[in-house]
Amino acid sequence: MKEIKKQTDTNRKRLIHLKDISYAYPGGMLVLNHMDLEFFRGDRLGLVAPNGSGKTTVFHIIMGLLKPLSGYIELFGSEKKEEKDFVDVRKRIGLLFQDSDDQLFCPTVLEDVAFGPLNLGKSREEALDISKKTLEFLGISEFENRITFKLSGGEKRLVALATILSMEPEILLLDEPTTGLDEKTRAILTKIIQETDISYMLISHNADFLYECTDNIFTIKDGRVINQGKMYRHSHDHIHTPSFLPDHGHGH
Amino acid sequence: MIKEPFAIGNSWIHRLDPRYKICFAVLFSVTVAVFEQFPSLVTALVISVCLACLARLSIKETAKRLAVVAGFLALVWIMLPLTYEGEPIFSIGSINFTRPGIIFAAQISLKSIAILLVFITLVATMSVATLGYALSALKIPDKLVFLLLMTYRYIFVIENEYRKLHRSAKIRGFSSKTNIHSYRTWAYMVGMIFVRASARADRVYQAMRCRGFSGRFFCLHEFPSHTRNIIFSVIMLIFTTCLVVLEIKTGL
Repeated sequence: MKEIKKQTDTNRKRLIHLKDISYAYPGGMLVLNHMDLEFFRGDRLGLVAPNGSGKTTVFHIIMGLLKPLSGYIELFGSEKKEEKDFVDVRKRIGLLFQDSDDQLFCPTVLEDVAFGPLNLGKSREEALDISKKTLEFLGISEFENRITFKLSGGEKRLVALATILSMEPEILLLDEPTTGLDEKTRAILTKIIQETDISYMLISHNADFLYECTDNIFTIKDGRVINQGKMYRHSHDHIHTPSFLPDHGHGH
Repeated sequence: MIKEPFAIGNSWIHRLDPRYKICFAVLFSVTVAVFEQFPSLVTALVISVCLACLARLSIKETAKRLAVVAGFLALVWIMLPLTYEGEPIFSIGSINFTRPGIIFAAQISLKSIAILLVFITLVATMSVATLGYALSALKIPDKLVFLLLMTYRYIFVIENEYRKLHRSAKIRGFSSKTNIHSYRTWAYMVGMIFVRASARADRVYQAMRCRGFSGRFFCLHEFPSHTRNIIFSVIMLIFTTCLVVLEIKTGL
């Protein structure tokens, strides 16, 4: 949409503040244990942690899909507790699910992309207009009338992203956006994410993708979020990853 | 899985407003279903064949569909003449074939073929998605319409999950036999499909809530008016009225 806007530290507005959050799945161990997390406007944050460590849980708590056992949730400057507090949040934060089949449920692509705007109270014409523009922005205008379940995996992911972008969110939460994509689709997605001026947090296991798309890496250890700092490219030009990633090249 | 061989086409029938097609398919079927006289039943069949020709349906695909009914009708032709009470028309040994039984079987055959042809011609010539929107426009409750559309959308996903489970059982050497192990394995697979379908439903609902869903669906589909719809309505009304008159006259 617009070009990348770098926010200076002075006008960084805190959008998400999770404090002391604990969560356990029914009958399971604590996944999140007094976890804290802050997210500011302009942040491009990567969340990397082993499977089952609670990354998706964090996203779902932010969206109000899961209710933490204890803790304080502040979104866009005000505390959110009840289901009705989150109704507004969901209009401002876009969550991309791991499995695009969960996200696309309308018969055709255009209808699916228009579903969000219609729920936001836009008229039929406005919703169609926004949807067409979003598809055009993603370079998939020709998908408009295709049947959602007949799309390929990569196409589904792009359309799922379109269904979220069409709601014009202020924050994107991307849950493993590149998993299962081929190189070409991954490159398209990387470019879109790099060019967006929306603040985002993404979960990924892919070092290249994280290097290209994020400024800061966090991980979850023992139920807490820990800042791992920036990824950087090493002098002999291979991607240097924090040590918790499996493809960590060599010690430095 | 669900194929829609008739939905693609550009005949006069295909271009009709789906709402009119559904209404007249229902009217025609209900009328024919209560007929008892052969002249009107045969005329109804002739009308349905004419409509099918007008829609330029593939003969092969139509025959395939009719073959399914033919199997059922064969059963009727065997059962009814033997079990219906009345004057025997001929006997093999002590087995009697009764006249009312044969008449009844013939009525059922004519009715079912005529109704089926009309439904193939008028209802199957639209996609399931269009059918959903047309039903919604005809003031069928939203919940039922979306039950139809969601079933249509996710039946493919559930089929895929079944295939995955079946494949994973096969590659570990499972072949179905008549023993407890096979029954148990099948029961596990069916159970697992239910579990997965339910988990899937949860995730889809979460995704819908994330996009601002609050229980109301919006329909994007529009049905432009056209003179051909009126011509079609007039023709169908004349046909149906003539059939009713014929039925009553021959019945007297």
